[in-house]
Amino acid sequence: MARRKVREHDGKKLLARHMGLGIRCCQAKPDTDLGALPKENPWLLKDRLVVKPDMLFGKRGKSNLVLLDADYPRAEEFIKKHMNHEAEVSGVKGSLTHFIIEPFVPHKEEFYFSISTERDADVILFSAAGGMDIEANWDKVVRIEVPVGEKADKSAIERALDGKIPAERKAKAAEFFAKAHAVFSDLDMSLLEMNPFTFDSKGDPVPLDLRMELDDCADFKDSAKWGDLEFPEPFGRKPYPEERFVQDLDSKTGASLKLTILNPEGRIWTMVAGGGASVIYADTVVDLGFMKELANYGEYSGDPNEEETYQYAKTLLDLATRHPDPRGKVLIIGGGIANFTDVANTFKGIVRALREHREKLKKANVSIFVRRGGPNYQTGLKLMRELGGELGIPIEVYGPETSMTYVVPLAIKKLNG
Amino acid sequence: MFMAKPKTEKRESYEIFSNTTRAFVYNLKAGPIQRMLDFDFLCKREDPSVAGIINPGSSGWHKAFFGKNEILIPVFPTVSEAVKAVPYADVMVNLASFRSAYDSSKEALESKTIRTVAIIAEGMPERQSRELIALAKKRGKWIIGPATVGGIKSGCFRIGNTAGTIENITNCRLYRPGSVGLVSKSGGMSNEMFNVIAQNSDGVNEGIAIGGDAFPGSTLLDHLLRFETNPDIKMSVVLGELGGKGEYDIVEAKKAGRLTKPLIGWCIGTCAKVFPTEVQFGHAGAKSGKERETADAKNKAMREAGIAVPESFEGLGAAIKTEYERLKKEGRVKDVKEPELPKIPQDYAAALKSGSVRRSANFMCTISDDRGEDVLYGGVPLTEIIEKDYSVGDVISLLWFKRRLPKYAAKYIELCMIVAADHGPCVSGAHNAIVASRAGKDVVSSLASGLLTIGPRFGGAIDDAARYFKAAADSGMPPEEFVEDMKRKAIRIPGIGHRIKSRDNPDKRVEFLKAYTKKHFPETKYLDYALAVEKVTLEKANNLILNVDGCIGVTCMDLLSSCKAFSKEELDSIVEIGYLNGLFVLSRSIGLMGHIYDQKRLKADLYRHPWDDVLFLEK
Repeated sequence: MARRKVREHDGKKLLARHMGLGIRCCQAKPDTDLGALPKENPWLLKDRLVVKPDMLFGKRGKSNLVLLDADYPRAEEFIKKHMNHEAEVSGVKGSLTHFIIEPFVPHKEEFYFSISTERDADVILFSAAGGMDIEANWDKVVRIEVPVGEKADKSAIERALDGKIPAERKAKAAEFFAKAHAVFSDLDMSLLEMNPFTFDSKGDPVPLDLRMELDDCADFKDSAKWGDLEFPEPFGRKPYPEERFVQDLDSKTGASLKLTILNPEGRIWTMVAGGGASVIYADTVVDLGFMKELANYGEYSGDPNEEETYQYAKTLLDLATRHPDPRGKVLIIGGGIANFTDVANTFKGIVRALREHREKLKKANVSIFVRRGGPNYQTGLKLMRELGGELGIPIEVYGPETSMTYVVPLAIKKLNG
Repeated sequence: MFMAKPKTEKRESYEIFSNTTRAFVYNLKAGPIQRMLDFDFLCKREDPSVAGIINPGSSGWHKAFFGKNEILIPVFPTVSEAVKAVPYADVMVNLASFRSAYDSSKEALESKTIRTVAIIAEGMPERQSRELIALAKKRGKWIIGPATVGGIKSGCFRIGNTAGTIENITNCRLYRPGSVGLVSKSGGMSNEMFNVIAQNSDGVNEGIAIGGDAFPGSTLLDHLLRFETNPDIKMSVVLGELGGKGEYDIVEAKKAGRLTKPLIGWCIGTCAKVFPTEVQFGHAGAKSGKERETADAKNKAMREAGIAVPESFEGLGAAIKTEYERLKKEGRVKDVKEPELPKIPQDYAAALKSGSVRRSANFMCTISDDRGEDVLYGGVPLTEIIEKDYSVGDVISLLWFKRRLPKYAAKYIELCMIVAADHGPCVSGAHNAIVASRAGKDVVSSLASGLLTIGPRFGGAIDDAARYFKAAADSGMPPEEFVEDMKRKAIRIPGIGHRIKSRDNPDKRVEFLKAYTKKHFPETKYLDYALAVEKVTLEKANNLILNVDGCIGVTCMDLLSSCKAFSKEELDSIVEIGYLNGLFVLSRSIGLMGHIYDQKRLKADLYRHPWDDVLFLEK
């Protein structure tokens, strides 16, 4: 858990509520009745509108996914055309499911404003050259630091903006930034970015595009202030059913169970205990030049019970044996030296799944490599060693006398015959 | 043995732990506390490192082992009280949850004497961490964590659970200092790193896991700079990870000549590039995204700065060995003489689990078992009792007689419960309960007061009645002779006679019980005998009827003997133990509690018996 992006719609509503801004926007999802939407949001029929996908990715204009200055029938048509259709953004393909609809604000000026966190301070960045070209104009950005625990000072901001913003805008901008910082801090945001924002006809700042990240660790104290919002998964491909299954398993237990399928036909499968260790096993396969063969990233930790480990192992074994390869496959059951988890106990569920998959494992010509340490590891490793003989499947077993990733080169050597 | 001899040591600025470090543990968690003490003992520390426990809302003493001996560690309700009482403790190991870790850490950092706070909790909001960092900076203090197992100073001090089992600590030779400083983000990889270092050098001198958050309380560089100035540390190992910029601070310091000792580094997360979308690994700070924050970019930068960076994690051991061997060749590290280790007694629970000890149990239980998922009543799981609609009578049979009786029998037990549940406020038991309740006693005390009244003259004649009638009937003694025999022995026949009820004013309750018994029981020989006795006694006085105690006693005997579920010995034992009075106690508790609730509800005042109702006699 950590910094989580929220949808632009949710972010704008949140700001509107806490900063007292008159921001209007609404959301279209696959189950939204577009015909009924104007009943709750009568402005949809009066104003000119902007429609954008609201799925945590940027460069929407460049991807031709923004509808500008349209009436509601055209907005409806645009949403219907794109809803549930695939789009490719920065090389990532995914289905479009969420759109934000807001009033079109005609404007000439585009400013940049953001607040982010550093170790000792919150950092306010401002540039009069906002919009798509902000990165090209990064040297023009004004940087204002607000030390942790302090409030942003309006007059200090005004001084920093001196000469960097049209004089008639300065006071409103400084007031807006200070207020935004107070809310930023109060709601435990880790990022707030408006690129661009502009000023409306009354001279008040209006965010056009908005990005927001909240620190979800603060949920226990902020959830009432945050209200109803979701932390969507990053835009991208649909998860495999097996990944969904493991996510589901994970959500029902205090333990941690993770599975990402990288290449279903890959020949190196990993099932590793521990967050750090699991990353290191995957790293080592990649570092040794076998990233194309790496089939998955898999982690179990936090002392899952026998049934959970069994369900997890079963899912992984099903996948690993699904596409037999004449050159054979390897499964690495790895892990570091556990602190207090009984190793033999955690192996029980895995052993059960391996027994059940005996024929499939043989058919797919899978060799297994085990490495683990920690309480009662001798019994656990013996269990695995004996299982190899019992099932007639090659299982090589190592303990803390070897380095943690010792089995990775061994497994790769096996693959290469 | 009470512990903690006040001793304040001067510490070098690079030294946050030594073999005289005394610490507070925030939150009374017996496991980590014992593990810290076991480590102390293994290292042959003079004093245990845990000098006090802060447990919000409680105070007193916590019992723990220091080797074979038990010691008492003081428990304080607040940080300020702990600090006042134990000013020489300069570390707080904070085991509070992520919800409360901020407040307690803040209090510790604000104290005068606590110099280092280790925050174990995972999930502290970043803003809270950053506020603590700012506070620590202002006050010149150290934070380790949040989201970490902590760290260890070999041969000196261990934070909580760091380094796992004693077996692992022994294998990794953490009981005495080596020459290598270790700092890593990941706490979970600590044991593995201790192991790799122990296998390829003389072992770890100090190992700190700063935790996986984006804003750790102290940074990788902070600790490397400490190691740099510590003359006992000859080389360092740093294990970073993708996300964040901490590794670049090391690169800068290396380039600027602030890190001169041999340094081996590796940054985990090189696999992030093969993931289809942006990934968040387990750690809050371990997020892929910006090119500069990838593991590949960091490994490259470290390598270019002259840090020994292997080609993969697997090469880390060899890299450590190379540097260590070089130092050894140059005579900069000397061989460590391994100390003899004291033996730490195995915990009884662990020994029992491994089957290496046995012990005769002090208690026995044959009626119920709550060790499984479902509690068992007389061997029957509660689920079955609920699903198969067992009655209260069935439950009483299971827990008292350890078997399920026929339906009519269970029903009869309930009937006894019903008829004896209450008999108005004036009977002695109810009266006493009421008086006690009105004296302001609580429900349990008032109930006990009522129940303690039960005895030979009030409700407690059931067993005796059963005993006498059974013995007489079994021996075939004619009823007339039984009555005469009792009179000769000057024993009032238990279960015969009533203060109010008489032949002409029969006890309804007895009528119900007799009617049910006659209708449902296969045989009623004890009841028949008792009625024959009643016939004899009624000839002597009108009120010498078979009373409710007597009736329950004999009918229960009929019940237990006629249902054929008990052997003769079991029956004798039931009577001897006094099961049947228990029926009355159980039943009457219902009524007594009713009276107590009634008095409380009515807010009845203290009862005082009037003088005029007492006959005062003077000599």
